[in-house]
Amino acid sequence: MSDNLHTTPAPEGVALPGSPGDRKVGRARPGPWSGLGSTQVVYLALLATIVVGWILVAIDGGNLLTLETVVGVQQRSAALGIVAVGQTLAILAGSLDLSVAYLISLSSLVAAEIMEAGSVPGAITAVIAVSALVGLVNGVVITKLKVHAFIATLGVALIIKGVVDHLYDGPAGRVPESFQHLGYDRVGPVPVSALLWAAVAVAAWFLLSRTRYGYRVYAVGGDPDVARLSGVRTDRVVIVTHILCSLCAGIAGLLLASRLGAGAPTVGTDGGYDLESIAAVVLGGTALAGGRGGVAGTVGGVLLLAVLDSVFNQLEVNSFFKDVVRGVVIVAAVAVYARRAGRKRL
Amino acid sequence: MTGIGKSFLGVRVLAEVDLAVAAGQVHAVVGENGAGKSTLMKILAGVHAPDTGTITIDGRQVSFGHPLDAQRAGVAIIYQEFTLLPERSVAENVFLGREPLRRGLVDRAAMDTATASLLAGLGEDSFGPRDPVKRLSVAQQQVVEIVKALSLDARIVVMDEPTAALAEHEVELLYRLVRRLQERGIAVLYISHRLREVFDLASEVTVLKDGRLVSTVSTSEVTSDDLVRLMVGRDLGTYFPPRASSVGEVRLSVTGGGNERLDDITLELRAGEIVGVAGLQGSGRSSLAKAMFGAAPFTRGTMTPLRPRSVREAVAAGIGLVTEDRKAEGLALRQSVRDNALLVTRAIGRKGSSVRDLLERVRLSPARPSQEVLYLSGGNQQKVVLAKWMTLAPDVLLFDEPTRGVDVGAKAAIHDLMRELAADGMAIMMISSELPELIGMSDRVVVLRDGRVAGTLPAGSSEEDIIRLAASEEAT
Repeated sequence: MSDNLHTTPAPEGVALPGSPGDRKVGRARPGPWSGLGSTQVVYLALLATIVVGWILVAIDGGNLLTLETVVGVQQRSAALGIVAVGQTLAILAGSLDLSVAYLISLSSLVAAEIMEAGSVPGAITAVIAVSALVGLVNGVVITKLKVHAFIATLGVALIIKGVVDHLYDGPAGRVPESFQHLGYDRVGPVPVSALLWAAVAVAAWFLLSRTRYGYRVYAVGGDPDVARLSGVRTDRVVIVTHILCSLCAGIAGLLLASRLGAGAPTVGTDGGYDLESIAAVVLGGTALAGGRGGVAGTVGGVLLLAVLDSVFNQLEVNSFFKDVVRGVVIVAAVAVYARRAGRKRL
Repeated sequence: MTGIGKSFLGVRVLAEVDLAVAAGQVHAVVGENGAGKSTLMKILAGVHAPDTGTITIDGRQVSFGHPLDAQRAGVAIIYQEFTLLPERSVAENVFLGREPLRRGLVDRAAMDTATASLLAGLGEDSFGPRDPVKRLSVAQQQVVEIVKALSLDARIVVMDEPTAALAEHEVELLYRLVRRLQERGIAVLYISHRLREVFDLASEVTVLKDGRLVSTVSTSEVTSDDLVRLMVGRDLGTYFPPRASSVGEVRLSVTGGGNERLDDITLELRAGEIVGVAGLQGSGRSSLAKAMFGAAPFTRGTMTPLRPRSVREAVAAGIGLVTEDRKAEGLALRQSVRDNALLVTRAIGRKGSSVRDLLERVRLSPARPSQEVLYLSGGNQQKVVLAKWMTLAPDVLLFDEPTRGVDVGAKAAIHDLMRELAADGMAIMMISSELPELIGMSDRVVVLRDGRVAGTLPAGSSEEDIIRLAASEEAT
């Protein structure tokens, strides 16, 4: 507990005058790290992980930075990356989305079933429509019914789960060869799926930093009352954000269907896309409470998790140990950000 | 504004209030806490819709459903608590919700230039449009709020207690800003408790009491005593309960106490007496209370009955603290009066006394133990905090600004109660920035300066004595 020095003098009567010297301009103390934002921190951590990982793998007699592993990292992270970009929007706006994993499964099934029936464009349109609708429901339940995002999206997740489990008990539909290029082709060392991820990330970055919508996302997440008192229609911002977040999950579903060659009712949950995407966003320095952070950090967070995975795979470490390390990394990262945020507020 | 009325949850907070302000005029609105000033202003800003009455701007009747409507009509309000986003830059805050566009995209360059020129127009050069708001001082943040109002092309600017968070030298700066607004032909509604500011700035003043209009007068025709009479509805007597007749044994003593903010603190609190603590902002008053209460403990020196390392130890030793910020630190707002009153006994695991008796003792009225504390007035909330500590029957009770934000009636009740507790053998320490209260209540006044005891003054010392001791550079 800190002494509140900026006390409000009492209503009536003579208040003691504040001493002139007691309130300097609140610049942060310059420290060795104070110039760095959380985005820089996560990329430094990524670089450090690559270097340390490379050394460890080299000692083990392998090479971390082969074409194969670099492509593998990108491919493995593309789907999570796309979901995490959407999740970043939701979290920045002070919300969050637990329904993405089931929506991914649903999208993969919708895509594969319609593609089997013969129409790739029709499948893509249907996935977009379904995911936009799910996002709309999430957003409306949160803003109009005033249900906390955690419960609202958990409820929607269960509804999707119920529908999917009722209709399917295994992979279904078939994705034509032509659409499987999305999952497997690459341009030089860069897989098409990574390009898609990059496109989604750049689009989200552009929205956040160059459009009114983006500014409002930060405002609503930073303080909904402030946003409202400044004339922002906060409900609309949250609804649009949830639609965009769900669209990202839909795109990830398309990508996974292309990779699998079929739709699968467990593809989203097996990948743990709901909690993993939130972890990646937070690892990337976005505040879970909203209003602070960005897409660049999330991309770094996703890559960091993928590189860790790759290092552990090459070292053939026990997968339980892998989870322990990932858990430690996420908690440590957030603890570091919390310290830094606390210091700035002095 | 004509005939404005408003009720919340069946409680009438405003009735038949009229208010008119002309371009280029500073019009003050005064009244005690709970008089309805802030509600009136929020109606003007479109935050609340009035139940009755009309608002007319430049001859046109308007009605606001959303703060946005009020903004468009040229009304800007600067709230008591700032409405800024700490994580965003100055320019982003100024244009929040109205970012300038160029080819459909936010034009950051235009935003920065416009903000910079507005800042320059106010003579503010200590920060720029790209600085994050969290790095600014309170006074600088207020400048940002004013720039925001100006960027709206506001013709009516409402300032709600603008000096509440400012230091003395920053108030001067605010005066300059208000006068600049006035020169631009902007109508300023200035809400304040502080009569000096009203007379310094405003040409007219409207007095509200209990949600009703008492009168609108010209500041050149009234004195500050007149205003106080209008606000309170009676002469503000300087009534305080009689002092202690006898002082008993030492209940708490500190010798050479110190920590990060305090040094070489030596003082004694005796049964039956009220010891006032005075000092400038930042002199360590609250730190002292928190150190004695174990919240930010002493790291040096001795204290009896014990030097607490945690709040739990202090409470177990019979030391209580009525904190300065009751909403954040004193009460669980969403819980009932009963649960709040029993917080301490439950935490410590002692058997408490009857809640009904307690509420009667602290004169809480209406005494409804099941009511959520959130809906009580400031004075009643403070009484619940008192009840909370009385369940413990502590030997020592520390008060930090016990009557801040409390209306006159509740204030007197709290003062009486403090005396009563002292007479029952409790040792009481009271921090206050209100000098008449300190002088009226204290059996002696300990003055702090820069985290040290600057001196102790006997009962009956004057305000000048206290200020001299609190502000002077040389030790006595």
